[in-house]
Amino acid sequence: MADLDIFRSETRAWLEANCPAEMREPMRSEADACWGGRNPTFQSDAQRHWMELMAERGWTVPHWPKDYGGGGLSTAETKVLKEEMARIGARSPLTSFGISMLGPALLKFGTEEQKKHFLPEIARGEIRWCQGYSEPGAGSDLAGLATKAEDKGDHWLINGQKVWTSYADKADWIFCLVRTSTESKHQGISFVLFDMTTPGVSTKPIKLISGYSPFCETFFDDVKVPKDQVVGEVNRGWDVAKYLLGHEREMIAGMGLGGMGGLGAGSLGAALKPDNALLRADIAAFDVDALAFAAMSERFFEMFKAGEAHPASPSMMKYAGTELNKRRHELVMAAGGSDALEWDSERSKNGKNARDWLRTKGNSIEGGTSEIQLNIVAKHILGLPGA
Amino acid sequence: MPLLTDDQKMLKETAAGFLADEGGPAKQLRHWRDTGCTDGYGTELWKKFAELGLTGICIPEDQGGLGLGSVEAALVLEEIGRNLTPSPFLTTAVAGARAIEGTAHAERLYPGILVGDCVLALAVDESRGHSPEKTGLSAERRGNGFVLNGAKQFVVHGNSADVILTVARTSGSPGDRDGLTLFAVPKGAAEVDSVTLADSSKAARIKFDNVELDADAVVSEVDNGWTPLARALNAGRAGAAAELVGVAAGASTMTVEYLKQRKQFGKLIGEFQALQHRAAHLHGEIEIARAAALKAAELIDSGDDRAELAVAVAKAKAADVASLAVREGVQMHGGIGMTDEHDIGLYLKREAVLGELFGDVYYHRNKVAELSGY
Repeated sequence: MADLDIFRSETRAWLEANCPAEMREPMRSEADACWGGRNPTFQSDAQRHWMELMAERGWTVPHWPKDYGGGGLSTAETKVLKEEMARIGARSPLTSFGISMLGPALLKFGTEEQKKHFLPEIARGEIRWCQGYSEPGAGSDLAGLATKAEDKGDHWLINGQKVWTSYADKADWIFCLVRTSTESKHQGISFVLFDMTTPGVSTKPIKLISGYSPFCETFFDDVKVPKDQVVGEVNRGWDVAKYLLGHEREMIAGMGLGGMGGLGAGSLGAALKPDNALLRADIAAFDVDALAFAAMSERFFEMFKAGEAHPASPSMMKYAGTELNKRRHELVMAAGGSDALEWDSERSKNGKNARDWLRTKGNSIEGGTSEIQLNIVAKHILGLPGA
Repeated sequence: MPLLTDDQKMLKETAAGFLADEGGPAKQLRHWRDTGCTDGYGTELWKKFAELGLTGICIPEDQGGLGLGSVEAALVLEEIGRNLTPSPFLTTAVAGARAIEGTAHAERLYPGILVGDCVLALAVDESRGHSPEKTGLSAERRGNGFVLNGAKQFVVHGNSADVILTVARTSGSPGDRDGLTLFAVPKGAAEVDSVTLADSSKAARIKFDNVELDADAVVSEVDNGWTPLARALNAGRAGAAAELVGVAAGASTMTVEYLKQRKQFGKLIGEFQALQHRAAHLHGEIEIARAAALKAAELIDSGDDRAELAVAVAKAKAADVASLAVREGVQMHGGIGMTDEHDIGLYLKREAVLGELFGDVYYHRNKVAELSGY
């Protein structure tokens, strides 16, 4: 305990001395995040400096082993670091699918060579990754995917199409599910990694109802991928995919918090100041659910770290968190009245309320629909028959 | 919320085993209901609570108790809820014990509570809704003591309690927190009208018609009754939330089991997605309500100033979720769920009473709004 107290006071002092003031301002949207990559765009010198300082200590991925670019911190130390960062409102230095999704999968399923090669790049924010999962014919039925990888002796030859690839147009590499066998639906899938600049890869942004294009269609036309870029065994990529999906769902569930860390960190009602009694009642009901969910998130994090969480529990959290976030934005729109309907005025910050509201409609679809999450809970947690 | 310690896990297992063996509906709730028991619970079982040390769960160690906190009380109450066990645990060992904590009444009453001889009730409500600030029952000074006039209702276990902790107004006007005083009213001092509630538990309507009390009936200080009352209400509400989580979990477990047994159209009804999704949704909600209840208990124990908000969140969420659990339970059981023979209906009735106790969903949602500044 004493060691942890020392770690806390050292961490506090270091953060106080090194976190730039600008990086203590709350992020307004995903666009404010630092995504890294080969050709990174930094919003400011402070953002770049903050990422580099943190990466130097391995604190972009504090709990990863030092050998792979991490901070080598224990679970307890990681928690202290998070608490100390939250205390001063420090922004996350680096946001990436490499950290939240691919990294955990590589740590579990990757070869030593793969870990040594890919993980430090992720930790330093040098490579920006995207995820090639969904296809036009494989949404909820993800394992029905058809993008084909043929064994050509010294390489795989990939042909097919992915969709809903987040930021594919900005990514350097992709982690991708491909069909390497048609003999078995689930056991004919492999998990491959490749460079987005490989000849034959092309992307096309998809314009959403919000007017923004965070997702792309991604096309593969005779893409050659070296044989050693498969993670886990050939035809056993579904195991990797499922493991990674758990991490993705955990991350998405976090949006249930809506940027508030829990009790005392503010409430929707306090922000909206509703003047209609019936709306106030709906918002109060929402605040109860949101604060209860915040308590659950805290507990879930502890249980997960201690290995006491049910493996299917990220599905429960993803479902609850995304449905809550949709409700939050419905209430923001209701309280905003006609102000919230302005789409392109400066006054409305380019229609932020309306666009954010529309974006949330995808929350309960991406990463597996709410209905799929309920199927998973019914089958794996409740043990209901035939689910 | 840190995870449970080994000691807490052990306590939970002990309580779970004890209450599953001794506290279930066949041995307790149905038995006492069907034999017309006037107390509404079994005194033998209450003695067993005492033997296990549970009646002293919140009583400090130097006064003979276990010296534990709201988290531990919540673990026991979840099991009480799951088994629908009738007992004065919540009013006596949790809310009551907390009310008198650190006062002269603790010295007087703790010994009896520890051995299971003294039952406490909390008399707060004066109308059909819960609104402690609006207390109007008057206590006027006369000689060395006080004279009480007014009425209380929904005094759970008030019909059999040895001491009724009664909130009265000694100054100020209804709506003020200042000017309230908590009195320890001994059995027989006021006119008690026993009431059987929908869940077969017993409560009382109490009339105070020039009831004379000595000055030493005052718990803590005159005009400062809000302090002990707030302790009791925080503990009572967090405890009721935990018990509601148990009610929800018990009803849900029973319902999921039924879905795995009942066949229609040649299939187990649990194969139907229309029911699977509702059961899965409910499961998640119960987990969230449990986290909220434990969070509230934890903040009470650590003396955190966010405890009042966390308690309001917990009571509102737990009541909401338990309400869903018991209603879904009855519906998914079909016709059998409407019969008195089946236990699922007992959960519906218990939830109704616990949901109302110490403030209903609307009371606590409003409180969350007020505490959040809107």
